[in-house]
Amino acid sequence: MDFNFTEEQTMIRDSLARLIKDQYDFDTRRKVVASKEGWRPEMWAQFAELGLLAAPFSEEDGGLGGGPIDAMVVMEEFGKGLVVEPFLQTVVLAGGFLKAGTSAQKEDHLAALISGERVFAFAYAEPKGRYNLADLETTATKDGSGWKISGHKAVVIGAPWASHLIVTARTSGGRRDAKGVGVFIVAKDAKGVTTRDYPTVDGRRASEVYFENVTVGADAVIGDPSDSLGLVEKVTDEAIAALCAEACGAMKVANAQTVEYSKTRKQFGTPIGKFQVLQHRMADMFIEHEQSVSMTYMATLKLGEDDVTRKKAASAAKVRIGQGGRFIGQQSIQIHGGMGMTDELAIGHYFKRLTMIDSEFGNVDHHLKRYTELSAAEVAVAAE
Amino acid sequence: MNLEFSPEEIAFRDEVRAFIRDNYPKELVGLGNREDLTREQFLAWHKILGKKGWSAPAWPKKYGGTGWTSTQRYIWSEENARVDALMPLPFGISMVGPVIYTFGNEEQKAKHLPGILAGDVWWAQGYSEPGAGSDLASLKTTAVRDGDHYVINGQKTWTTLAQHADWGFFLCRTDPSAKAQEGISFILVDMKTPGIEVRPIKLIDGTHEVNETWLTDVRVPVENLVGKENEGWTYAKFLLAHERSGIAGVARSKRGVERLRSIASQETLDGTPLIKTDEFARKISQLEIDLTALEFTELRTLASEAAGKGPGPESSILKIKGTEIQQRLTELTLEAVGNYGAPYARGMDHFGSNEIGVGPDYSNFSADAYFNMRKTSIYGGSNEIQRNIISKMILGL
Ligand SMILES: Cc1cc2nc3c(=O)[nH]c(=O)nc-3n(C[C@H](O)[C@H](O)[C@H](O)COP(=O)(O)OP(=O)(O)OC[C@H]3O[C@@H](n4cnc5c(N)ncnc54)[C@H](O)[C@@H]3O)c2cc1C
Ligand SMILES: Cc1cc2nc3c(=O)[nH]c(=O)nc-3n(C[C@H](O)[C@H](O)[C@H](O)COP(=O)(O)OP(=O)(O)OC[C@H]3O[C@@H](n4cnc5c(N)ncnc54)[C@H](O)[C@@H]3O)c2cc1C
Repeated sequence: MDFNFTEEQTMIRDSLARLIKDQYDFDTRRKVVASKEGWRPEMWAQFAELGLLAAPFSEEDGGLGGGPIDAMVVMEEFGKGLVVEPFLQTVVLAGGFLKAGTSAQKEDHLAALISGERVFAFAYAEPKGRYNLADLETTATKDGSGWKISGHKAVVIGAPWASHLIVTARTSGGRRDAKGVGVFIVAKDAKGVTTRDYPTVDGRRASEVYFENVTVGADAVIGDPSDSLGLVEKVTDEAIAALCAEACGAMKVANAQTVEYSKTRKQFGTPIGKFQVLQHRMADMFIEHEQSVSMTYMATLKLGEDDVTRKKAASAAKVRIGQGGRFIGQQSIQIHGGMGMTDELAIGHYFKRLTMIDSEFGNVDHHLKRYTELSAAEVAVAAE
Repeated sequence: MNLEFSPEEIAFRDEVRAFIRDNYPKELVGLGNREDLTREQFLAWHKILGKKGWSAPAWPKKYGGTGWTSTQRYIWSEENARVDALMPLPFGISMVGPVIYTFGNEEQKAKHLPGILAGDVWWAQGYSEPGAGSDLASLKTTAVRDGDHYVINGQKTWTTLAQHADWGFFLCRTDPSAKAQEGISFILVDMKTPGIEVRPIKLIDGTHEVNETWLTDVRVPVENLVGKENEGWTYAKFLLAHERSGIAGVARSKRGVERLRSIASQETLDGTPLIKTDEFARKISQLEIDLTALEFTELRTLASEAAGKGPGPESSILKIKGTEIQQRLTELTLEAVGNYGAPYARGMDHFGSNEIGVGPDYSNFSADAYFNMRKTSIYGGSNEIQRNIISKMILGL
């Protein structure tokens, strides 16, 4: 057992922390979020230069030989800085799929991803699918040697910034069947793709993406087009672990800012941090953060294990982080009093980000249910 | 004890229901929970009620109240909540009005009460300051006597919707040598007086709901002092207790539960309406049970008020539980809408689109409402302060 970070990982953390401190302070972020573009391509180029985009990929794939722990390190720092750039969508999600792709796909897309040239978004959710990854009304039908895709994808985070989309679509079977899920790479400027772009409440950008008879070649398919739900689940579990790391970063800063505020804000002639009810609240917030870090490590370290172990670990972490994030978010506002309600202070933005993390890739209810079903299945197998 | 409505009460319910149906402005339908409306929108229903003589049911009849029993008042708020009506704002009707008719002189009553009732005059509450929030008595804004004027200097903050206000009621220190609670006066200020500057504060949901109010050498005639000089704290506390009991919001939360049920019937989980899933159905049940407990606690409080007792420290229960339920409602609504909680409807117009919202209509503003409702456990005396009140005033700790 070893909970230490490698030298490379520590280096990534330190240089990223420095970059965020120097160029991603809260006021700068505010301006970027309000700008027309909503992100900074030049920041993305710096991420590429620092090696962040290459860190989690193997050397054969053109990466630096790291893995999910490197992604975790990056995401935690992003959480601290409320970074909006689409690392999760591009490196963890698209990268996760491309790792399972053909060597031609890697040469084409992964190389361009690592160099920072291509930015991806993951178009999976649908208006009526809630958090079920197999609940797909978007279809991909055979069209010569290629495919024809039609459907509507909801709240595709980062899509306005993306050049390419990773799209899940049903190739056979009924809506919600486990079989018949395919994964496709689609250039966003392909004929038949339209988007409606908008900001999100936590300072990101997203799109409704509509596909109308979009034709793609056979080389657009990642994995087995008739049976890729397993791959989709694996990659989203990797994204969940990374998202949990982001939440841990945001929780850490929210707690630190709250403790600091409670030491300086005086009421009744004394710092409010002297009131025991607030001390205990902050002690609980501290516990929630520590538990979240533990669960994030746990889930990240189990990403390589068998499917059931991995899924349970990811769901368990997502449940704890959803609950901890809500508690920390709400209480940091409460302890800041009226100041916590203002757009001016960073604390409200941490609260908003923590709130939205709960609903990304399934909220607490979804993952409690998934965990329970997986456990029940294990019990049933054991009983046989 | 008896829960049934009498035939007269049922007739009353039918009467007010018909009145609301026939008179509630169509253009306000669906806006009942928004914070970013125009002055005209905020006042529209208030003005109609003013004409009818129904804008201040809780006031004594001789000052323009309706003379309704507490049961009738209960029916009234239920009926308004059924259509999510945008009720008169609290600052005039529930806050300064009762202070004026209880502690003010005849000129003040004659001058201010009609405008409050009619919805012609918008009032703002100038209590909090940057350094005086929970510890309101530490306020520093001063009013210094100069001939037949007070000269007010200081800064108020969190002044709700002061951008629309015609008048404000301000707590000012008139005796700097007295200890905290003493030496404070309750002064009515025309917001057009030179020296007042109202600056917007943007909240986390993007709305402009509160303001900083700066007062520099603001000259106010001494006749605007309510009651006695240096006794404003008594009036301020009287008002806070009134503010707290209104804050339970039972009728509105019931409507919120209905709305949540409707959303949860339209949202699906693997093809099943969310409301038919055990997890979510139980959450709604739990909320409704909590709301029932609050409702009956409020009814008991109203009954003892009707028996002549003013709102006491027990109203802290209503404040704590009422706000927790309001917050939980928005939390569950946000959960119910799933992925469509993320789009920022208020930000769309900055984004070259004048079409508001994506996803089902009911999902718009669900996250913003959740963010905004965090204020309720902070204002009106934070929920920590309410628990301090229960510990001290009721438990004797
Ligand atoms: C089953 C059991 C086994 C035990 N075994 C041992 C043992 O092996 N050796 C040993 O030495 N002792 C033992 N204890 C005693 C134990 O350490 C004391 O009970 C404990 O320290 C609490 O002290 P008290 O019972 O006097 O309660 P009090 O100290 O009177 O506390 C009463 C309540 O007040 C709260 N409280 C007290 N101070 C504060 C504060 N500053 N802020 C907020 N809340 C406060 C407490 O949390 C508690 O809820 C045992 C007790 C139990 C119940
Ligand atoms: C949206 C909004 C609208 C408002 N509208 C108005 C208005 O129209 N007019 C007006 O005058 N004011 C208004 N207020 C101000 C409101 O009354 C104050 O925010 C409130 O009194 C809390 O003060 P504060 O914000 O300074 O927080 P603080 O008093 O600094 O409190 C910070 C935290 O410390 C806690 N705390 C403080 N003292 C204690 C204690 N003794 N024990 C335990 N915990 C404690 C609080 O509960 C809170 O969690 C509004 C506030 C908001 C957010």
